[in-house]
Amino acid sequence: MAVNSTLRPAMRLAESTLREMYWFMLLSRRLDERAWAIHRQGRIAFHISAIGQEATQVAAAFAINRGVDYVAPYYRDLALMLALGMPPEDFMLSLFGKHDISSGGRQMPFHWSYKNLNVISGSAVVTTQVPQAAGLAFAIQYRQRCGMVDPADATQPRLALTCLGEGSTSQGEWHEGMNWAGVHKLPMICLVQNNMYAISEKTDQQMAVANVADRASAYGVPGVVVDGNDVLAVYDAMAAAVERAYNGDGATLLEAKMYRITPHSSDDDDRTYRSREEVEQWKARDAIPRFKQYLIGEGILSQADADAYDARARAEVDRAQQVADSAPMPAPEEALGDLYAPSDAD
Amino acid sequence: MPEITLIEALRQAMDEELARDPRVFIVGEDVGQRGGVFRATQGLYEKYGETRLIDSPLAELSIMAVGIGAAMADLRPICEIQFADFIYPAFNQIVNEGSRMYYRSNGAWCVPMVIRVPYGGGIGGGLYHSQSIEAYFSHVPGLKIVVPSTPHDAKGLLKSAVRDPNPVMVLEPKKGYRAITGEIPDGEYTVPIGPARIAREGRDISVFAYGMMAYYAAQAAETVAQEGIDAEVVDLRTLLPLDKDAIVNSVKKTGKALIVHEDTLTMGYGAEVAAVIANDGFEYLDGPVRRLTGPDVPGVPFSHGMQDFFMPNPDTIAAAIRDLMGY
Repeated sequence: MAVNSTLRPAMRLAESTLREMYWFMLLSRRLDERAWAIHRQGRIAFHISAIGQEATQVAAAFAINRGVDYVAPYYRDLALMLALGMPPEDFMLSLFGKHDISSGGRQMPFHWSYKNLNVISGSAVVTTQVPQAAGLAFAIQYRQRCGMVDPADATQPRLALTCLGEGSTSQGEWHEGMNWAGVHKLPMICLVQNNMYAISEKTDQQMAVANVADRASAYGVPGVVVDGNDVLAVYDAMAAAVERAYNGDGATLLEAKMYRITPHSSDDDDRTYRSREEVEQWKARDAIPRFKQYLIGEGILSQADADAYDARARAEVDRAQQVADSAPMPAPEEALGDLYAPSDAD
Repeated sequence: MPEITLIEALRQAMDEELARDPRVFIVGEDVGQRGGVFRATQGLYEKYGETRLIDSPLAELSIMAVGIGAAMADLRPICEIQFADFIYPAFNQIVNEGSRMYYRSNGAWCVPMVIRVPYGGGIGGGLYHSQSIEAYFSHVPGLKIVVPSTPHDAKGLLKSAVRDPNPVMVLEPKKGYRAITGEIPDGEYTVPIGPARIAREGRDISVFAYGMMAYYAAQAAETVAQEGIDAEVVDLRTLLPLDKDAIVNSVKKTGKALIVHEDTLTMGYGAEVAAVIANDGFEYLDGPVRRLTGPDVPGVPFSHGMQDFFMPNPDTIAAAIRDLMGY
């Protein structure tokens, strides 16, 4: 891993934190692989994968105030959600259409919502979360300006992080959200996970510039490109964006480049639009073994530790699946619930 | 009790809610220094400042999305769409996002926001400053929609909307902003979202309307009263959720139903009212359920003669009442 400066924020991370980051990357991968397996067994209807994006997502989670700062995620954010505190069994419950925390089985899986973690609910129409994240960030700024909270109070949300793929940046909603963030100098981080594919469409079919981050100047915010397979580089870039947000200096557009290792979803066949050679080339750059080698090389993790982590991850996935398997299906009449919030909810 | 205009009533509601709850803020195009293109927020910028009166970028989608995000962060946004005709870029955020949030999060996330929307024709606004949009949005479970036709209800319903934990669209009949005046009580009051209002009691025929058409229907009822027809005017006030009992109870009394709206006919809001009557009030009817609406054309024309031809008015409503009474 390249070390740019002795002041790199990632270099200040405790060894235990680095191991925890590795753990979440690994747990996400194993959970994801299990989802593919049970889909192939015909036990779940649908899966959409985060494989290849774990490093970026875990780094992003660890750079913010986890569970306190607002997060408006997108569907591919499995590792992000685990690192923020989503119980693995809740993901499994959602895969089986059972009563999960996110939606009680109403939404498809991957539509995360955890009020206790300040993760807002998302839809399947891409990019709707970006201008909403501007609204969350606006609320933070509003409370501070009205003297309703102390800007330094770390028990309160101090930024809004939103994630999306590069294809989603073609939507007008992305422009409007970024424009708000720029005009109002909002404490927002827009993390674009550029995995090079929007289902079958390549980046040059989405935009005429090399990087999503190149558009940042149009919004008066910094645009940063980072290697999304380098967990510590992403952490550094995120830490800078977090500092800007916390200091009231405004939003950051951060583009992490990686590769979508799997087809778009369990309903996609990526052999129709890309070669196996290309996929294999990118698999060789997998962030998880890369980070493991780094941690072993630095003496932060032993091979025995790594093996134990692997066994623990598999056991955790087994446990999560068992919990979901044995949970009852929601009552059909739950389809009728939660039409309106009762007035005493205010 | 002082007599004020409809727009002054809306302004008072916003002023009082801004004063009552520091979480309330107003966002929209030109709502700040300018005080709104219709002057609905006049004076509020001077009183509450730029932190709470937000002049947004000229982009309806993000006015709505920022409102949704802020509402989820427990603020109380009042989002203004300058003209109903401009709301479609925000359709996805209202329909797919704000209105579905509570349901899709299993009751975890509320969206306590107000969407203020001046709507309706008769002001020389042509196709894109005259539209009625209630039919699109009344089809969205999870949203609430109110349409005041008096200053009393405008103030009371808007205050209820601000305090409601759900997204509430307030459709404001802009032709009536200054044309409609009325008395309001001194001091604090609200009007509940839900119940319809009997604007005029009568025994012979029920006229169901809302917004500007409720105002016109009351005038038409006075006209036909001089001819011996005792019309009941039901101002629906809340379109979503609809007060079905009020509709059926009125039909039970009169046996005849005329529905009036200025929106176009086909799949318009009146179709739902007619369906409620057909389902729950069939045995009380002694005539067909009639609708008087704008014609099925793409818009309210600009040129005055064509515009007036499009719009129902007290005379055409009175004629429709006579016609149905003669059935």
